Amino acid sequence: MGYTFAEKALARAAGLPHAIAGQVVDAKPDVALSHDNTAPIARIFRAIGLEKVAIPDRMCVTLDHAVPPPTPKHAQNHAEARAFVAEQGIKNFFEVGRGICHQVLSEEALVLPGQLILGADSHTTHYGWLGAFGAGVGRTEMAAIWATGELWLRVPESMKVVVTGRLGRGVTAKDLCLHLIGMLGADGGLYQSIEFHGPAIAALPLHERMVIPNMMAEFGAKNAYLPPDEMVFSYLAERRARRMRSAVNTQHSAISEMAIYPDDDAIYSSTHIINADDIELKIACPHAVDNVKPLSTVKGTRVQQAFLGTCTNGRLEDIAAAAEIIKGKHVAAGTRLLVIPASSEVYMDALKAGHVQTLIEAGAVFGTPGCGPCMGVHMGVLAPGEACISTANRNFKGRMGQPDADIYLASPAVVAASAIRGVISDPREID
Amino acid sequence: MTGTQSTILGRVWKYGDGVNTDVIFPGKYTYSLKEPNEIAAHALEDLDPKFAADAQPGDVIVAGRNWGNGSSREQAVTALKYKGIAAVVAKSFARIYFRNGINQGLLLLTCPEAVDAAQAGDTLEIDLERNVIRLHDREYPFPPLSATALGIINDGGLVPHIRKKLGLTSTEAIVTGGGD
Repeated sequence: MGYTFAEKALARAAGLPHAIAGQVVDAKPDVALSHDNTAPIARIFRAIGLEKVAIPDRMCVTLDHAVPPPTPKHAQNHAEARAFVAEQGIKNFFEVGRGICHQVLSEEALVLPGQLILGADSHTTHYGWLGAFGAGVGRTEMAAIWATGELWLRVPESMKVVVTGRLGRGVTAKDLCLHLIGMLGADGGLYQSIEFHGPAIAALPLHERMVIPNMMAEFGAKNAYLPPDEMVFSYLAERRARRMRSAVNTQHSAISEMAIYPDDDAIYSSTHIINADDIELKIACPHAVDNVKPLSTVKGTRVQQAFLGTCTNGRLEDIAAAAEIIKGKHVAAGTRLLVIPASSEVYMDALKAGHVQTLIEAGAVFGTPGCGPCMGVHMGVLAPGEACISTANRNFKGRMGQPDADIYLASPAVVAASAIRGVISDPREID
Repeated sequence: MTGTQSTILGRVWKYGDGVNTDVIFPGKYTYSLKEPNEIAAHALEDLDPKFAADAQPGDVIVAGRNWGNGSSREQAVTALKYKGIAAVVAKSFARIYFRNGINQGLLLLTCPEAVDAAQAGDTLEIDLERNVIRLHDREYPFPPLSATALGIINDGGLVPHIRKKLGLTSTEAIVTGGGD
């Protein structure tokens, strides 16, 4: 009998020869991630009654949700996190401005294929882009992981999504995800591991692959997985070699050996075959990620804000796509364009490439690398009655700080085109 | 279950499908509110503005599919717990929400038939010994929780469960971090 990725990855993490869907295992995460919630988690950890965390070397802490702190309370929260990091000797700590946790841990090559990462953040599904098992947990669970180095997990059933063909002109991984979520609903992948396979997935560049498992949090998934290939191994090997001052080829062979692939005869709860050629530009309309419509039906809707950023779509290539559309034009009167690079590395690369200048000349506003207004705790929130088109992953009512506002989710190019027109627009129609 | 009465009788607050964490507890408060009463005061703020003012301890929330989808924020569970909500009965729960519920000792039951039958303001009875919900003179069975989840609930939540596992067996009252 064959095994799925989830069965193999959780068997490995639990030190078992095999595990099957439905089984509950005590898994030891290779990486335990927390962010601005580190201080509240530390308070729960202390309530357990321990002085020192069991796994300081497996912990990663990134300040990213409200950066730089907008209020004294947020500043105090960061100060408490820094004090805890220093006291516990946690080396993988990333300060305000370094970027969003999922982008930073990817850039730092701190998560490797086949590994288990548990994060006190629902978008920890992100790490499926590199063939890792990433799942979000609550604060109390993270405190328990710090205390014991392990957590009980139910091995999920797996859904196989095979994407054939090739995405059309201007159609992105974001559109693919919205297509799938719109088709099966926000609970279409509830409790499941979502495996993506097929030629359209293998053909995707890395920045596009990163979008898919990130968005699967909005599908109800426990984790998502893309089979890691040579491109993934090279990305990680170069970065890990740089950070650890070791040889790239040594890192490359070690990393590629860690990769886990499902067996051909693995058992899936369902299989869905999607032809990439059939996918059109999509948009998620207020107030649910599965309220997905073809872009063509929403075109012309007035937007007061366009937001390019987040762990979903705040990478160099996303900013480049926007700059290409916007170059030589100006953001529409009555609309503001907010750009927040996902990390300091993305920001610097965008500066070097000239994209930052292009966008600022066009009227864009840049924010500090971090989550920005995505969850309503930082600058760029909305006024009553306003509409925002965003590259983020959630459009829940009140998400951007104002319940009486509308959030539309789309790809970076659609957001850029909408910024210069002031209404939701198709980037393929901009000359 | 230790510390839990075997029968719960509660007034129903009824909601639909896909209720997410952000309308249960808005993200803008997640790093600034710490106190249980402050957190409880914003429960369901962007879903039902009447709830925080009118809900009484012992009331029960009855909802559709995918209750609690979205963020991993635990306040979406603790806000209801601090409000005194006895249980959430739903057609299904988002996975992180479900785990957070177990870890915080908020009773979450999956029972689609009872959800369809319940109306706002009904009085619903949950029998935890027989794993049935009684409503309008009918009984609706719900699946019992897994042994692992029951073990955590029986220990009083994840923090005391971990204390027990680590041999920190003092029985003094445990404060679980102000409900963050």
